[in-house]
Amino acid sequence: MGQVSINENVMDLTPDGPRLKGMRCKECNNHVFPMQSGCPKCTSDNVEEVQLGNKGTLWAWTIQGFPPKAPPYLGEANPEKFKAYGVGYIELPGQLKVESRLTISDPTQLKSGMMMEIVGEAIGEDENGNELVTFAFAPTD
Amino acid sequence: MSDDVAIVGIGIHPFGRHEGVSGMEQGAIAIRKACEDAGISWNDLQFAFGGSVAAGSPDHMVSQMGLTGLQFINVVNGCATGGSALISTFNTIKSGAYDLGVAVGFDKHERGAFRVQTGKQGERDWYGGSGMALTTQFFGMKINKYMEDYGITQSSLAKVASKAFRNGSKNENAWRRQAFGEEEVLQSQMLSYPLTQYMFCSPGEGGVALVLARADKAHQYTDKPIFLKSAVVRSRKYGSFEVLAPSLALDYADGPTVDASKAAFEAAGIGPEDIDIAQLQDTESGAEIMHMAENGFCEHGEQEKMLADGETEITGRLPVNTDGGCLANGEPVGASGLRQVYENVLQLRGQAGKRQVPDSPKVAYTHVYGAPGISGVTILSA
Ligand SMILES: [Zn+2]
Repeated sequence: MGQVSINENVMDLTPDGPRLKGMRCKECNNHVFPMQSGCPKCTSDNVEEVQLGNKGTLWAWTIQGFPPKAPPYLGEANPEKFKAYGVGYIELPGQLKVESRLTISDPTQLKSGMMMEIVGEAIGEDENGNELVTFAFAPTD
Repeated sequence: MSDDVAIVGIGIHPFGRHEGVSGMEQGAIAIRKACEDAGISWNDLQFAFGGSVAAGSPDHMVSQMGLTGLQFINVVNGCATGGSALISTFNTIKSGAYDLGVAVGFDKHERGAFRVQTGKQGERDWYGGSGMALTTQFFGMKINKYMEDYGITQSSLAKVASKAFRNGSKNENAWRRQAFGEEEVLQSQMLSYPLTQYMFCSPGEGGVALVLARADKAHQYTDKPIFLKSAVVRSRKYGSFEVLAPSLALDYADGPTVDASKAAFEAAGIGPEDIDIAQLQDTESGAEIMHMAENGFCEHGEQEKMLADGETEITGRLPVNTDGGCLANGEPVGASGLRQVYENVLQLRGQAGKRQVPDSPKVAYTHVYGAPGISGVTILSA
């Protein structure tokens, strides 16, 4: 029983925390997350898988105030126990803006442009009792 | 542009929740009413386009409407499903293939926010599983950023919702017919900051049908034909900020609404200043505000003053969502875009009753936006 990635095709769980796997287009340097087989910017299929950056700035955000439907949600969906969480887009320099959970759920503590970095967040359990970990972004300071 | 295609009959099944009535039955009822309005029978229709996302294949309704052998084509196109059925009907008549047809849209969704499952087969759905993949989050993020960028306040969000319910209270086919003040809207549960419960529409049920005919034959069916000047659907381009996107490009581009709007105005040969009444996608109240600018009716940020001055009220300079919009009617995806056209036809005919826009409006506009980044626009004239 340990911690496992919510999906190894999109995220590796390293000793330094989660690392996202994206697509880079070798023709135009466009990035997309998660990996896909063609580039929506230039239409080329000459693409490779790359690790995305782990730090960036907050571009847009909201607070998820009600429990998402389960399925598909793997976290706490019981309205009595549900805790609100932030969701936002973080701009990763030179790559893309990635949508992510945020560790902050208080609107007064979120501001566009703030520096954030990726961290792991336990979301549920798999069929073997391992803790499933997804990614979230947290303020750097 | 010539008047090629006219709307000669309209029918609606009330929006809301209808226990024991299937989505398809609601579509069939709408068709019967539209045929009655046009003074025709199902037998007379040469073709049909039907749209539904969650309530079955529309063409199956021929077994209850009548097995006349007509050409019946199903359309599924995200939130522009109803609008796409209308465009297909419009183009079929314009092409000369047929003279008389019907566009029908209906739906019946489960309660609560749309359930979106995105995983590849055999893989864990990490996106929905992690608590993203909610359309409500996109709308919260987009308006939150927009308010920051253009100085729109939460009070404006409440004004839009309050107007929707006030207009809905004058619409016998609306789901929510109770007027709410701004304060009640602001005090309702915060669902996706800065948007509260009463600022969001809900998935619902309903059906709408529109009978279209060649314009030069329209007077056989009605003494008040309404001409469809343009009908356009556009998908998203690289760099636009769309619903259900795990990543966005660093570059920023306008969304499909801007493209659809420009194309529709160009095809109709008119501009935003010529529009007397508009039905704009209001999945939540911020969407109506952003769509006012994206469709060319004002500059970004001007909405704050327009709302304060009541310019989008039924009695204002540019009435918006006169039937209560999605906020008061709910959003049965297959029917939603057609409901907007239904309302505009009523308004242009002067048959909108308690919510009739004064001074005989002549030109009317509809706009839908939704998953997966698609927009549809129509322009009608009396
Ligand atoms: Zn490329």
